[in-house]
Amino acid sequence: MVLRLQDVTVRYGEAVAVDDVTLDLAPGQVLAVLGPSGCGKSTLLRTVAGLEPLSAGSISFDGTDLAGTPTHKRGFALMFQDGQLFAHLSVARNVAYALRLRRTPSAQVAARVEELLALVGLSGFGDRLPGTLSGGERQRVALARALAVEPRLILLDEPLSALDATLRERLAGDLREILHAAGTTALLVTHDHEEAFALADRLAVMREGRVVQSGGIDEVWREPLDEDTALFLGYARVLRDHAARLVLQAAGLPPAPAVAVRRSALVVDDSGPVRASVDSARVTPEQVRLVVQVEGVGAVDAVAALGSRVAPGDEVPVRVDVTRLAVLPITTAP
Amino acid sequence: MRRIVGLLALAAGPVLVLGVLFVLPVSGMLAEGFVVDGRLAPGAVLEVLARPRVHRVAWFTVWTSGTATLLAVVLGLPAAYALHRLALPGRTAVRAALLVPFVLPTVVVGVAFRQLLGEGGPLGFLGLDGTPVAIVCGLVFFNVAVVVRTVGVAWESLDPRPAQAAAALGASPRQVLRTVTLPALRPAIVGAASIVFLFCATAFGIVLTLGGVRHATVETEIYLLTTTVFDLRAAAALSVLQIVVVVGLLALAARLRATPDPTAQRAVTPVRAVRSGDAPVVVATLLVLGAMLLPILTLVAGSLSVDDGWGLDNYRALTTAGDNQALLVPVTTALATSLRTAVDATWMALLVGVLVSVIVTRRSHSVVERRVRSSLDGFFMLPLGVSAVTLGFGFLITLDQPPLDLRDSPLLVPMAQALVALPLVVRTLTPVLGGIDDRQRQAAASLGASAWRTLLTVDLPVAWKPMLAASGFAFAASLGEFGATSFLARDENPTLPVVIFRLIGHPGEMNYGMALAASVVLAVATAVVMLAVERLRVPGVGAF
Repeated sequence: MVLRLQDVTVRYGEAVAVDDVTLDLAPGQVLAVLGPSGCGKSTLLRTVAGLEPLSAGSISFDGTDLAGTPTHKRGFALMFQDGQLFAHLSVARNVAYALRLRRTPSAQVAARVEELLALVGLSGFGDRLPGTLSGGERQRVALARALAVEPRLILLDEPLSALDATLRERLAGDLREILHAAGTTALLVTHDHEEAFALADRLAVMREGRVVQSGGIDEVWREPLDEDTALFLGYARVLRDHAARLVLQAAGLPPAPAVAVRRSALVVDDSGPVRASVDSARVTPEQVRLVVQVEGVGAVDAVAALGSRVAPGDEVPVRVDVTRLAVLPITTAP
Repeated sequence: MRRIVGLLALAAGPVLVLGVLFVLPVSGMLAEGFVVDGRLAPGAVLEVLARPRVHRVAWFTVWTSGTATLLAVVLGLPAAYALHRLALPGRTAVRAALLVPFVLPTVVVGVAFRQLLGEGGPLGFLGLDGTPVAIVCGLVFFNVAVVVRTVGVAWESLDPRPAQAAAALGASPRQVLRTVTLPALRPAIVGAASIVFLFCATAFGIVLTLGGVRHATVETEIYLLTTTVFDLRAAAALSVLQIVVVVGLLALAARLRATPDPTAQRAVTPVRAVRSGDAPVVVATLLVLGAMLLPILTLVAGSLSVDDGWGLDNYRALTTAGDNQALLVPVTTALATSLRTAVDATWMALLVGVLVSVIVTRRSHSVVERRVRSSLDGFFMLPLGVSAVTLGFGFLITLDQPPLDLRDSPLLVPMAQALVALPLVVRTLTPVLGGIDDRQRQAAASLGASAWRTLLTVDLPVAWKPMLAASGFAFAASLGEFGATSFLARDENPTLPVVIFRLIGHPGEMNYGMALAASVVLAVATAVVMLAVERLRVPGVGAF
């Protein structure tokens, strides 16, 4: 384990921002801490960076306790949501910032800056000022700056949240590639499960200061711990009791007290065993999204293939896609 | 087009006021120099500027102001940091205390420094009384507050995240300061320095009380030339020189201070706990505080000391007119006059200042409108660029005949003081009004609010506190105003600063004691107003 957080607690007076968090991170891994805003994930990140004092617990890196190490001696790099480029320095100077601190010879600095800008796809941007860049370009420069001195650990605070949807998707792919190519260990915090899935290998779900579930990303995604976690991971609804039993039965699974379904869990299919009546239909680029009424279940989301003529009021047969639902071991009260 | 007409209609009032009360007197003063026997004769002015004494005076002004500016910045920076970024116990009180010197009447500061450095004073052994060093000390004393406040406010609203990003990239605290924090603060520091230089170069009361005739700056030289030598041409020539230099400096300061988007700059960073590494900064702040308190304490002690120890005799004497008929009226009457005058000056400055601030901060819809607005902005800042002495003297020679015979008007002195206070009011209000996102007004308008209603529901809730603060500034500035008032106040109706100056000029131990006591009274009055203002301060908005 490279980074080890042991019973980390951060208090501000009475308020507990981070409550007894224990996490491990192996070399080269990317761990995403996922949680709603205000859950303490940013505080956790800042604590690892050394910007917030620990109230209890310990943080160690490579077996060395970091308690007495100030931020600038930790050898980490922190990338903020909005980049936080130094507005008075050119792009090249921003990227070279950490290298210059180490008095690297200027020829070497220039070469490394060149290389990093190429890595993030911004060759030739060296002389521009941050103010003239778009949001996505700024984030790329921030990433290049963070990677410049090959940090032992890179800390990412919602690196893509400030960007629009298309840009986010593209930069997410690039970012993942760059992190893996550089073999960098990274800790990412985000409230956006898409961002977490796009970048991370491992996932820790955080709520009200506590880590409620952690593990490999597909593992957590497939088996969310409870209703809140499921909804946070992008499941559309959680069905309970009788409704859960009906849906599980249709999927050929043993009964359970609750099941979380994605919007595409019910698929309109001529061979489907369940009858449903269509409430509403909306065409998207990928498929037709429906809300249907199922006897004994109530309103649920469903999808139909593009081109299928489904209109509100129709009776349609549906089947249940077993890969699009998660059986919940425990439920939380509504 | 309709917008521009509306804008000009709104601007007409302030423009007229400034035209009559500012442009007319100042050009009258300048005409004294340039017009000889009804003809324009610029040669005479050039002749004056070639005099060796003028060179000496100009050089003295430049080097004392330059040195004082440098010292004020060096002393002010640590205090700005400690008082605006660290959770020092009692920092609000210290911040207010450091602000007091700036609004202390110049005459009071002069008296305090003479008491401190003169024979028998606590620092009398240094032999600095009446030397240029004393003048520089006095100027620094005044202006550290400007640096602390301007830079402190900028520091307070500085986003901490770039510094944290730098630290995370491996920059030590010293490197963060050098590579991130100071560059970000540079506009504030340079802006503060240029304003301080301006204040130093046009300082009047303090140079006159500490330097007398021996060490004259351009400002006091203008005074001496008009009141004792009656060389109006030379005085006018110096005024021209001063206006040119000062307007140039102001333009420079405005350029350096400009922020591309004023609405984006309004976050206040929470202060952090004091750590052992902060010791040098804290010690430096305490030293500055001590250096600020020393003259004030000496002044208070002096006012309380009588022949046989301590007593209130000097204060009791304030109801008299002093030894050897030093004054025509008792000091208490002068205090009442001062307060009345300040009230009048305050409402005048506020009335014009609010109008001006609204005019210059509204967003322009066309290039023409923007040009009109920015030239109005520059026009309204002019009083800052002209010395109070020039203004006062101009009042005296231009507003003395019908239809503008104001010589006997009780509003003459308040008008002059209001003009001196106007830039302070505008400087306090414009950042606040300019900081309101115009889209808020648009949102209000789209919801059906009239222009008047928008002003009431969007602007006023944000601006009422700064408006009160601006009134306080205007009131304090008016209480202490000496340059223009010294020309305009009648002997039988003087203000407190004028009385103090007269008392220290008159022989008699009792007169001196009374001057000290009157200074304390004046200082307390302004300090109380300033403490009230400090409580109304909007975090993250500068005052200068």
